[in-house]
Amino acid sequence: MQAALSATDLACRRGERLLFRRLGFTLRAGEAMHLIGPNGAGKTSLLRLLAGLATPFAGSVQRSGTIGLLDDRLTLEQDQVLRNALAFWFDLSGSCNLDQVIEAFDLAQLQDIPVRYLSTGQRKRAAFAQLSSQGSDIWLLDEPLSGLDGDNRDRIEHAIGQHLSDGGLCIVASHQAFARVPMTALALPDFA
Amino acid sequence: MRSAFLLLKRDLVQLSPGGAQGTATLPLLLFLTIAILYPFALGPDAGLLSQTGGAIMWTAALVVSVLPLDRLIRRDQEIGWFDQLLLRGISEELAMAVRMTAHWLSFAPLLLLAATAVGALLDLSPDALRSTLLGLLVGTPGLAALSIIVAAIMAGVGRGAALGGVLFLPMAVPIVIFGAGALAEPDGQGLVYAAAVSLIFVAVAPFASAAAVRAVRDF
Repeated sequence: MQAALSATDLACRRGERLLFRRLGFTLRAGEAMHLIGPNGAGKTSLLRLLAGLATPFAGSVQRSGTIGLLDDRLTLEQDQVLRNALAFWFDLSGSCNLDQVIEAFDLAQLQDIPVRYLSTGQRKRAAFAQLSSQGSDIWLLDEPLSGLDGDNRDRIEHAIGQHLSDGGLCIVASHQAFARVPMTALALPDFA
Repeated sequence: MRSAFLLLKRDLVQLSPGGAQGTATLPLLLFLTIAILYPFALGPDAGLLSQTGGAIMWTAALVVSVLPLDRLIRRDQEIGWFDQLLLRGISEELAMAVRMTAHWLSFAPLLLLAATAVGALLDLSPDALRSTLLGLLVGTPGLAALSIIVAAIMAGVGRGAALGGVLFLPMAVPIVIFGAGALAEPDGQGLVYAAAVSLIFVAVAPFASAAAVRAVRDF
């Protein structure tokens, strides 16, 4: 089964406010989309609708493939060392490439440090390691580059590129530009 | 099945005394404190003490059950724990059933141990102690189930622990009536009814609390 994600006539209401309406797109395996819009435009809300964690006010979402969501909340146990905290999610997904993933996101030096001591950028990389454990087809990434230095930005872009070439697809909500991964842009204010 | 086991292990580590949430320690200490204070408050009447000892144990067990409500679900709700589980194909119902089991395992065995010790302190007869322990044994699963339901509701409402008590204690009344009733009527009927009420709560709790968690997620 090929990964695919599409939305038809999607509308999202938050309180009394309509964030966007008549939003539609289709993404196939290997494609990526960049969500653009000012704060409060509904980028995070759209990602949650696409993930199936919220119900759209109108319209529908068609998913083909498993979904992985990376947002600003880190669900790793704060009091455990990084390696053990990650191991829980790898066990849960029945995935056994923990060492590879730790290497890929340059976390080897940090694996014996409790999660609560990690810096913002380190937490972001840990979140990517957790996302990788899932082996999901569709990546929904909310501000994946925030808090990262140049080298690690490259590392994340490389991981996204790898995910796309492995037949996955990816939607990114970000204020930063992606230099190495070709993405179609979707500006949320166009649907306001 | 494997994921349920992994989740149970994680929840147990979190909830048990010494765990990150440590929801089991404080209630246990409070239970012991109430039981120790009661004889002082009652005065030097050994007969009255042994007559009312079982009742005060039940009351204490109920009151201390309110303490962990605020932390049972809310923290995980805030960090998006249940979202991530759902994306991995683990329903809220399963997560809640596991949380309920972990909560019971983290407090009930310790409570029963403490109750055994307290029984001597309150001068309970062996029969009364047996009735109280059996009552708590069949009643605590129901209390754990109620705790999960109320904790899930509180996680959404965002109020403090006081609301938890107001929601929790009235619903726990049937368990107390039948569980503590076994003290007065040693024919075992009270225990059977307490177990029945417990079972109903246990059966309903995963679905009720899962609905509460979903209601919060879906803004």
